[in-house]
Amino acid sequence: MSPRPLFADVSSRLAARSHWHPLEVAFWLAAIATIYALPSRHLILTEIAILGLFALSLDLILGYAGIVSLGHAAFFGFGAYAAGLLAKHGLVTEPLLALIASGLAAMVLGFATSFLVLRGSDLTRIMVTLGVAVVLREIANRYAGLTGGADGLQGVEITPLFGLFRFDIFGHTAYCYALGVLLVLFLVARRIVHSSFGLSLLAIKGNPLRAAAVGIPVNARLVAIYTIAAGYAGVAGALLTQTTAFASLSVFDFDRSADLLLVLVIGGAGYLYGGLIGAIVFKLMQDYLSSLTPQYWPFWIGLLLVALVLVGRERMTSWTRPIRALAARLDWRDARGRAAIPAEGR
Amino acid sequence: MALVLETVGLEKRFGGLVATNDVSLKVEKGSRHALIGPNGAGKTTLINLLTGVLRPTAGRILLDSRDITALKANARVKLGLTRTFQINQLFADLTPLETVSLAVAERLGAGADWWRPPGRRPQLVEEVAEILESFRLADVMNARTSVLPYGKQRLLEIAVAVASRPRVLLLDEPAAGVPEEERHAILDIVAALPQDVTVLLIEHDMDLVFRFAQRISVLVNGALFVEGTPEAIARDPRVKEVYLGEAAHA
Repeated sequence: MSPRPLFADVSSRLAARSHWHPLEVAFWLAAIATIYALPSRHLILTEIAILGLFALSLDLILGYAGIVSLGHAAFFGFGAYAAGLLAKHGLVTEPLLALIASGLAAMVLGFATSFLVLRGSDLTRIMVTLGVAVVLREIANRYAGLTGGADGLQGVEITPLFGLFRFDIFGHTAYCYALGVLLVLFLVARRIVHSSFGLSLLAIKGNPLRAAAVGIPVNARLVAIYTIAAGYAGVAGALLTQTTAFASLSVFDFDRSADLLLVLVIGGAGYLYGGLIGAIVFKLMQDYLSSLTPQYWPFWIGLLLVALVLVGRERMTSWTRPIRALAARLDWRDARGRAAIPAEGR
Repeated sequence: MALVLETVGLEKRFGGLVATNDVSLKVEKGSRHALIGPNGAGKTTLINLLTGVLRPTAGRILLDSRDITALKANARVKLGLTRTFQINQLFADLTPLETVSLAVAERLGAGADWWRPPGRRPQLVEEVAEILESFRLADVMNARTSVLPYGKQRLLEIAVAVASRPRVLLLDEPAAGVPEEERHAILDIVAALPQDVTVLLIEHDMDLVFRFAQRISVLVNGALFVEGTPEAIARDPRVKEVYLGEAAHA
């Protein structure tokens, strides 16, 4: 092989990671279509979008950098209270600005606590992240004068978005807003994971010893992604406060962190869509099952989880294979790539 | 004869065990230096100390007369000190293409770029293509590393180290366990490294050591036992005794 075609090959293969797959386009078109197609379901769709964003945040650290967290609600809750306090005290009234401010606040907390997850094994990280969330919850509980304590943060009033769009009780504005934020942050996350930085995270996850030996500053990269992910979680929490005009201590709950891990396990980590798909499955199941059996619905979620692990996601989702194959055939870039590299797949 | 790498009274203790005992090693710029010694002599521990995987209990490490004892592993790579591993340390889920591009990206200072994909940097692409070509990895560059044959993985192990454009390259048993035909590829590549790259080679294969090295240091029980030219080492009765003694026990 002469060097020139190889150059083109290397270039196109390195770029191929970030190409849009037809299924991705279909996914987002379907998501946007729900604005018009399912107007009566906007309340639960908003919940799904928020949970999806929250799960995307966990995917960034777990699926890409290999950091296990069982206390991701710490950042979600911090963002939720930040947005609530900003609105309640009229510090930042425009919702989008307040959302950004809340995300930044969560990033500061993420940066400060990132140094705790640098050391130790997965088990240490689980315990440390769990501990941080518990500590924050009790701080919020203790300073009831600021947070409302166990009664939650009352009197939060969210002004119209951009001064134009009032948050209505049917959740129309809320859903468009949440979906828009999710899409923008998803695009940024997609860009991040396909960059050189994103690739170096995968290297750290795969083999930290070697990662350091090729010159990757392992700790600095982990701090960076943990901080970014904290910001994402904070924005998700702030969205919850803004779309419900309320924040309570439950935003810090252990259940919330644990459910999040469940969502990511259902959808699969490390390809960005896992959190979104997991959020859809989880919320729809929860909604459907809790209407059938209000008290015992977690039983079925638990059963799904056990089945998922025992049967394996690959086999459970094998029915989607013809769809994926069709989509791959429609992808002209993929076809070209395959023609250029016959050796692939050996 | 300028020194590029030097250790001064280097010592590493694991509890009561002295793995590296007062080692003062001098490696000249551009030389082909071999480090030999029986099993358990502390060769890999010494490499781990030099590259920052382990912290010495005492002593100093100088790279170009600069004290790097306190620097982290990745900072030493930036200064031009890289290594290969005796047991492959690769990224199982990444392809050779991605693996090499990681090392090149870090060297070009592009590793922290969280916006631009690596494929959009012509210089990076150029260098990655060059390395894959010269290490005969171009035909497997899109396969997952974990499914590559062992010989190819071994080549990748060295390719990643070379991709950092080291000034000092530490090769920890590069040909260990590699089948005969691929061994030649590895030896050719090691021989073809640019002359200004200093190579410190750890190897059990004496054919390779004596073909390659201009200078040999013998490590026994964590301490420098003797050092000299290949001819002198080959004649040295004490070295023979160390090796034969071990062979007799084995």
